[in-house]
Amino acid sequence: MSEPKKPTSGPPIDRSIPSALSDLFQEVILDHYRRPRNKGAPDESTHSIVMNNPLCGDVIELFLGVSGDRIEEVRFEGRGCSISQASASMMTERLKGTKLGDARALSAKFTRLLHGEAGLERDEELGDLRALSGVSRFPVRIKCALLGFNCLQELIGDPAAPGDSGGRRRAGELP
Amino acid sequence: MNTAVAARAYDVQTVRRDFPILDRTVHDVPLVYLDSAASSQRPRSVLDAMRRHYETSHANVHRGAHELSVRATEAYEGSRRTVADYVGVAAEEIVFVRGTTEAINLVAGSWGIANLGQGDEVLLTKMEHHSNIVPWQILAERTGARLRFVDVTPEGRLDMADLTRLLSGRTRLVGVTHVSNSLGVINPVREIAELAHAAGALCLVDGAQGAPHLLSDVAGIGCDFYAFSGHKMCGPTGIGALWARGELLEAMPPYQGGGEMISAVTLDGSSWATVPHKFEAGTPNIAGAVGLAAAIRYLESIGLDALRSYESELADYALERLGRIDGLRLYGPTTDRVGVFSFTYKDVHPHDLATILDHRGVAIRAGHHCNQPLMDHLGVVATARASLYLYNTREEVDVLCDSILLAGEVFGGHG
Repeated sequence: MSEPKKPTSGPPIDRSIPSALSDLFQEVILDHYRRPRNKGAPDESTHSIVMNNPLCGDVIELFLGVSGDRIEEVRFEGRGCSISQASASMMTERLKGTKLGDARALSAKFTRLLHGEAGLERDEELGDLRALSGVSRFPVRIKCALLGFNCLQELIGDPAAPGDSGGRRRAGELP
Repeated sequence: MNTAVAARAYDVQTVRRDFPILDRTVHDVPLVYLDSAASSQRPRSVLDAMRRHYETSHANVHRGAHELSVRATEAYEGSRRTVADYVGVAAEEIVFVRGTTEAINLVAGSWGIANLGQGDEVLLTKMEHHSNIVPWQILAERTGARLRFVDVTPEGRLDMADLTRLLSGRTRLVGVTHVSNSLGVINPVREIAELAHAAGALCLVDGAQGAPHLLSDVAGIGCDFYAFSGHKMCGPTGIGALWARGELLEAMPPYQGGGEMISAVTLDGSSWATVPHKFEAGTPNIAGAVGLAAAIRYLESIGLDALRSYESELADYALERLGRIDGLRLYGPTTDRVGVFSFTYKDVHPHDLATILDHRGVAIRAGHHCNQPLMDHLGVVATARASLYLYNTREEVDVLCDSILLAGEVFGGHG
């Protein structure tokens, strides 16, 4: 058999983990993936919504307990890749006790992080979500990281007129 | 039947040189293309044939008296004969369509609408691709016919006892995939066609995954409809074929209306062209048909027996290598299969696995593979799928396996 033009054998395979991959799948992300925080449907909530990513089948269901203009309780259910599940878990940690306006601002800031805005990977307000900055180098995975926040946006996105768009809203309208 | 091609030694490196895209790198490493079940790559001869058509012979077909129209018509109808010869049927029984999906929609929308009603049943299987489920769901909605689904065994084969149990006098059509796009299993379509006929039903075979590996004798299957796509067998996208028994095509009403499919049109009504043109409304994909014929000539030039035996050896090698990876779970049987492997690995989600493999140049598919009912049945949301074709090598299977282990390391260090 003749020699391949571009041999796929030959030099031993480099087993070191490329930095783009170790940045994408940071320890803190895998920790949230394997030990998600605030996971499981609550007995009651004021708002909830299920959204999925039809292309890959990832699902997040977000439950909020809103009192006045504050998110008192937040939990999620879901299944899918490490990025979508870790992102939702991290998001719930940041949302508990925040005002609706601050939650919207967080959502906007996180979206900017995913699109590679410099400096945000050190922004403490984002908490563990900062670990997802590596997603910006994998454009097809941005939608994974945003699934939980898309649920949030659907529930509290527009302060003036919380609208219906797409997802299955199960309970509650906003104050 | 196709003409016998003298068997000769199969040299995969020679084959690879016919496929320009296999030379490229992704992320600075050689491409390892293991997604041919989604869409294969195409050899230079296919690209050349299409280019030559556009550069020397293109005009609309069946229209003009001018030289180019005559040549384009000859090329288009000649391609139909090449396809028909390849699968061992008459040229008038080959309808050019966009692909398998359109072929099945054609059968459901024409034969189905004309023949099915309340109380009738269409028997499908739980391993069908969405394209052999959804057209029938739409049909059922419109006609009141009922869909039933044959079970899949834990090993990943069709449950033939369940199929026999579900077949009845109400069954009008049995629709089954030749080869599962997720499990890789080859279904006993000949036996299924016989059972269907014994029950008074017709049999449609979805050949999207079967045609690239097994097809050369559709008539020998004994089914009534066979649907396949060009782009999974080295041909271009946007072209495929429906084979149906001539008498069925004769009796079926048109599927779409327009030019090309008519005999005469008045404002009061129209009469239809003869088959197969009755089902080819509008300007067809002429260059696509030329490309599909070139793909078939390419496969025949390699020698179908040599090709099959190489593919089968490579699939066995992959099965053995994948089987040795700790924590890898393979779906589907180990025999009666082609080189299409669905698997999960430890707790690495298939999308994460695909991202990591992509970084090593390895292109696989991750997701539900348009097989959501099957995934539900297997109890998984998604799998990773590596699919092999005539240009893949053992070395590429090694890269796949090493890259899976790398994914284990990326995920493992922290677990």
